[in-house]
Amino acid sequence: MYVAVKGGEKAIANSERLVAETRRGDPAVPELSLAQIQQQLTLAVDRVMNEGALYDRTLAALAIKQARGDLIEAIFLLRAYRTTLPRLGDALPVETARMLLQRRISATFKDVPGGQVLGPTFDYTHRLLDFELAETASAKPAAESAPAEPEAAVPRVADLLGREGLIEAAPTHVAQAPVPDLTQMPLAFPAERALRLQNLARGDEGFLLAMGYSTQRGYGHTHPFVGEIRMGTVGVEYVPPELGFPIEIAEITVTECDMVNQFRGTDTAPPQFTRGYGLAFGAAERKAMAMALVDRALRARELGEARTAPAQDEEFVLSHSDNVEASGFVQHLKLPHYVDFQSELVLVRAMRREWDSERKPNLTEAAE
Amino acid sequence: MTALATQALPSRAHNFAYLDEQTKRMIRRALLKAVAVPGHQVPFASREMPLPYGWGTGGIQVTASILGADDVLKVIDQGADDTTNAVNIRRLFAKTADVATTTRTEEATVIQTRHRIPETPLREGQILVFQVPIPEPLRWLEPRETETLKLHALADYGLMQVDLYEDIAQYGRIAQSYDYPIEVHGRYVSSPSPIPKFDNPKLDRNPALLLFGAGREKRIYAIPPYTRVKSLDFDDHPFTVEKWDRPCDLCGATDSYLDEVVTDDKGGRLFCCSDTDYCEKRRAASAEKGMP
Repeated sequence: MYVAVKGGEKAIANSERLVAETRRGDPAVPELSLAQIQQQLTLAVDRVMNEGALYDRTLAALAIKQARGDLIEAIFLLRAYRTTLPRLGDALPVETARMLLQRRISATFKDVPGGQVLGPTFDYTHRLLDFELAETASAKPAAESAPAEPEAAVPRVADLLGREGLIEAAPTHVAQAPVPDLTQMPLAFPAERALRLQNLARGDEGFLLAMGYSTQRGYGHTHPFVGEIRMGTVGVEYVPPELGFPIEIAEITVTECDMVNQFRGTDTAPPQFTRGYGLAFGAAERKAMAMALVDRALRARELGEARTAPAQDEEFVLSHSDNVEASGFVQHLKLPHYVDFQSELVLVRAMRREWDSERKPNLTEAAE
Repeated sequence: MTALATQALPSRAHNFAYLDEQTKRMIRRALLKAVAVPGHQVPFASREMPLPYGWGTGGIQVTASILGADDVLKVIDQGADDTTNAVNIRRLFAKTADVATTTRTEEATVIQTRHRIPETPLREGQILVFQVPIPEPLRWLEPRETETLKLHALADYGLMQVDLYEDIAQYGRIAQSYDYPIEVHGRYVSSPSPIPKFDNPKLDRNPALLLFGAGREKRIYAIPPYTRVKSLDFDDHPFTVEKWDRPCDLCGATDSYLDEVVTDDKGGRLFCCSDTDYCEKRRAASAEKGMP
């Protein structure tokens, strides 16, 4: 009886075996391969890479398989792995103006230099369950491929506005200026924008979505327009100290969102459009857009706006955006707390006795 | 690149005690600062661990950073060595650090704990590592880090005193039963971690080094050996601890913290020591003496 409340090594080992068994499901059904996950659950892989903060499709696929499709658990697995990896150096900032585009749209202009390219988007699909997919589908005709690789870099829409001085200048990257690293130093407040963006980049998509959404419903309205969303591959360049010039070490797929926001101007800043920025690994448009909305909302302090809404409160947003932290702390309530609960029991019983004894005489008095 | 490619693969999957040496060095620096400024919360670059946040990642990182090959490790949760979380953390270090483990308080050099301080008095040279969920004692009164930092810097603890006073005004007593605020070395108000206030007096002038790790909140703090620790109270409402009007049903101890175990649905209760090692030791001793 006493043993019943205690657990042991054997129970944990058995539970681990059950996890493995449940993961596999019916052995008559072929086992999922990492290639299948990488090729057919691409958006799940992208999300795990984003919030897991590690660009590795194979490891993300492995994490998804191991976590039985629980993406937050998969993100946790990937994070716990990435934290042990040595750091070899910092890459140069990726140049998204030189992106090999798969998708690129702007909502602020009917057409833009470089064109609007829909790419693989759910946006204009009818959300009807496709029962043909239930069967193993035969090969469908291949889609007409996007226009040939652009000859030159496709300018960013925000940069077009910038030529007129109608939008604030993009923060210039100061070469050699150290960029704070969220994974190497704890978050401190007030947090500068580079640090905030790092936090948002690995932040939970659902949380950012809700925060971004709240700004659209009056809690810190920022009057946003999608200046541009682009998705495609960019080169990652690194300058090895022994070479002294950049070499391309990888190609990664990213989604970038430039949100253009109305700004009426202040005493020190002229009326002009301001920016909210989102960047995510892979095809992660919802995440990049939500991130851009929240980024802009969090700039309230530097732009001299009143900070009244949750999305403008950096301590609130940045302290609660990480789903590995949130999931852990919420779920730790499952761990035994009986010592503290006993302490509460002792207190509540004592207070209850006092409460009862205070009220009983009053009752008899009232009866008299 | 050649150097990297030809680098020998590590002999095991992870470094000694899981964390890499750079991370350990960073944590040890934070620990040194924490010891130098008793009760002050030192920020550190907490890592994701292979156990979830809330399971003791702060304590685990502290333990991983101080553990040496000849240490003897004890891990308790709720005072017990055999609760699942304690078993699991001990298993992690047995696997990654290959250190000797024990359940006996007096044999251990490092004890990691969640929610309790062992009943057996600690001695010089021992280290007790606490797992801390919320290191900021003022968090419930002021959620903003920017504000609490200022309050600590100014030693402005009026908020806390008022909070405790409000308890007395409303309930006739301080209604804080665990995580009861302490003042360390006459300076910083700190969280003792969610130990029942029963354990608070053990913090005062303890011969062991007491280290506190909060992984998710990325803070480390310490109470060095023999440091004065005072549980906050008022002259006319002095600090008191929980009492039971019965001894432990298993070993007869009258001086230990008791767990209440529900034995049936008719109000049956069993009270027994939450410190399983203490209880077992007492039972073994009385068995030797031929007592029941």
